[in-house]
Formats: sequence, C-alpha cells, structure tokens
Amino acid sequence: MKLAVIQYPGSNCDYDVIHVLRNLVGIETELVWHRNFNQSEFDAAILPGGFSYGDYLRAGAIAAHSPSLNEVKEMSQEGKVVLGICNGFQILVEAGVLPGALLRNDCLRFVCKWVNLRVCSSRTSATKLIPEGGLLHIPIAHSEGRYVNKNNDLKKLYENDQIVFKYVNEKGEEINSNPNGSLDNIAGICNLDGNIVGLMPHPERASEPSINPYGSDDGLLVFESMLNYINH
Amino acid sequence: MTKACDYVVEVIIENKKLAKDPEGETIYRELVNKSGYDQIQSVRSGKYLRFIVNTKTSKDAKKLVQDLCNDLRIYNPVVHSLQVTARGNSQ
Repeated sequence: MKLAVIQYPGSNCDYDVIHVLRNLVGIETELVWHRNFNQSEFDAAILPGGFSYGDYLRAGAIAAHSPSLNEVKEMSQEGKVVLGICNGFQILVEAGVLPGALLRNDCLRFVCKWVNLRVCSSRTSATKLIPEGGLLHIPIAHSEGRYVNKNNDLKKLYENDQIVFKYVNEKGEEINSNPNGSLDNIAGICNLDGNIVGLMPHPERASEPSINPYGSDDGLLVFESMLNYINH
Repeated sequence: MTKACDYVVEVIIENKKLAKDPEGETIYRELVNKSGYDQIQSVRSGKYLRFIVNTKTSKDAKKLVQDLCNDLRIYNPVVHSLQVTARGNSQ
C-alpha cells in the first residue's frame, strides 16, 4: 500500500502529515509535486494544509486547476481514498469535488485554537474507526473556513449522510462552539460515496501526544480509519 | 474592417445574501456608522479585477471575460455574484 501527499506551491503541512503516516501509522508515503501526481501509482492521496498559491483569488481556487485535481476526480470515481485537510479541503471544494464554499471566517480573523468535533457519520474513509457521536479534540488554524451552501444543497448533504464532522462543545452539543460561522457548525464533509473527505481541522497536529499541549492522539484515528477503509 | 483595440473590462465579485458579508457589515457598523455618516445605508465589500482585453468591440471584450470567469471559476456561483462591465473605445 502506498499513499501520496500532494505538494502545492505554498503547502506547509505536507511534512507533518508524512511524519504521522510513515512513523505513527506505518504506511509507505511519498511526497509528490502536484504536477507529477499520477493516481494509478497510489492507493490514497492527501491534500495537506497550507496556503497554496498564497490563497490568491480565494483559498484553493488556483490549485483547483492543477492537473492533480483531474487525477483526484478519477480517484473519486474509482472509489479511492482522498483526504483534504484545511487548504486541501478548500482545494477540493474549489475544484467541485466536494460541494459548497469555504469563505472568510465571520469574525474576520485567522483562528488558531483547539476545538471539539463530533463525528456525524462513520461510513467514510476518514471516520471508519470512530463511532457516530464520538468526540475528537483537534486544532484548527485558518482564515477561510466558514462553510456555506444553498439551503437545498445543505438538505441534500443531510439526506445523503455527507456531513462528517461538526464543531461542538465539550459535551458534544452545538452550543457556543462555532469558531468561524460555518453553516450548521459544519467542519467536514464527504462525497456521495464517502471515499473523499475534506475537513478544516488538522488531525496531523493531534496525532502524537508528546508534542501537543493536550496530549491528544484523536487525529490518529482519522489516518488509521483511512488505512482500515483501504484494507476492507 | 473593424480593427481590434484595447478595452478595460472590470469584474466585481460580491458575496450573495446567503453567504453574508461580514467585512462590509463591519466596515459599515464599526467605521462608517460610528463616525456619524448617518445617510450611508449599507456597505458591501468584494473583490475587484481589471482586465485589458484586445478585441474588435467592447461587447466582445465583455463576453470574453464573462466566459473566462465561468471557465476558470473566478467566482464561486454558489456564494458569489458577478458584475462585468467593459469600457474604452465603444464600437
């Protein structure tokens, strides 16, 4: 099994993800420049966080035209696993792989803090090992993470079980827990089949207890879920 | 035969109502309104792009930029509205 971490100009969480996958999860992982990415060589791909193309125009809007997104669209059709983290999620949305839009936080500030997430669906490649209702303690760090969609399309997301993560308080309630003004507290969504997932929080920053302030390894469950999903 | 010349095509991208406009609302509420400009009713923020386009008519220039905005997803139609205007030597 081999995973690709796709590097765009401005990616800055690529090596963090590679460290987690290689050294904590134990999967062969390759860093691939976005123009050289050939999906047939890999079982899964991760689009890491960062500021691709300086977030010019809109976060993810320019990277969305990279040839790597054609490969990702093929992966979507073939049922292969793709995870977009933060800027990676923004790229997937801008490329139309995932629906909706990620706009500037309603507080108009870059928000960098630890949040609680509730897992709303366990069928996806990023949540297969986490029961529905399970809570994860994971940090966010973004300026443009406010998820927006039309009412009809939001309804479809619920009907099709495409809402994967929501921002909640410590009790798991959607009260005083929305860090960016996201519609219905949405932190992450998936495609119809559940093989492609995008989320704003950074699971790779909550994977190794000794190097984070809360000793959390909740993020590791996301990567282990990917492995489990691919193997079954 | 009409000769091609340069036109200025301006593009304004604004958030649709469903996407709100926290920047425009904050400028209005915290700066304009608090400074006593009572006649100002609202402020909208957006993104502005200016293209110099070489075509035969301003209509062609506008159409080219409109198509480009759709093709390259210069705006996200789910949450943004687009205004395109062309000026220069009108034919």
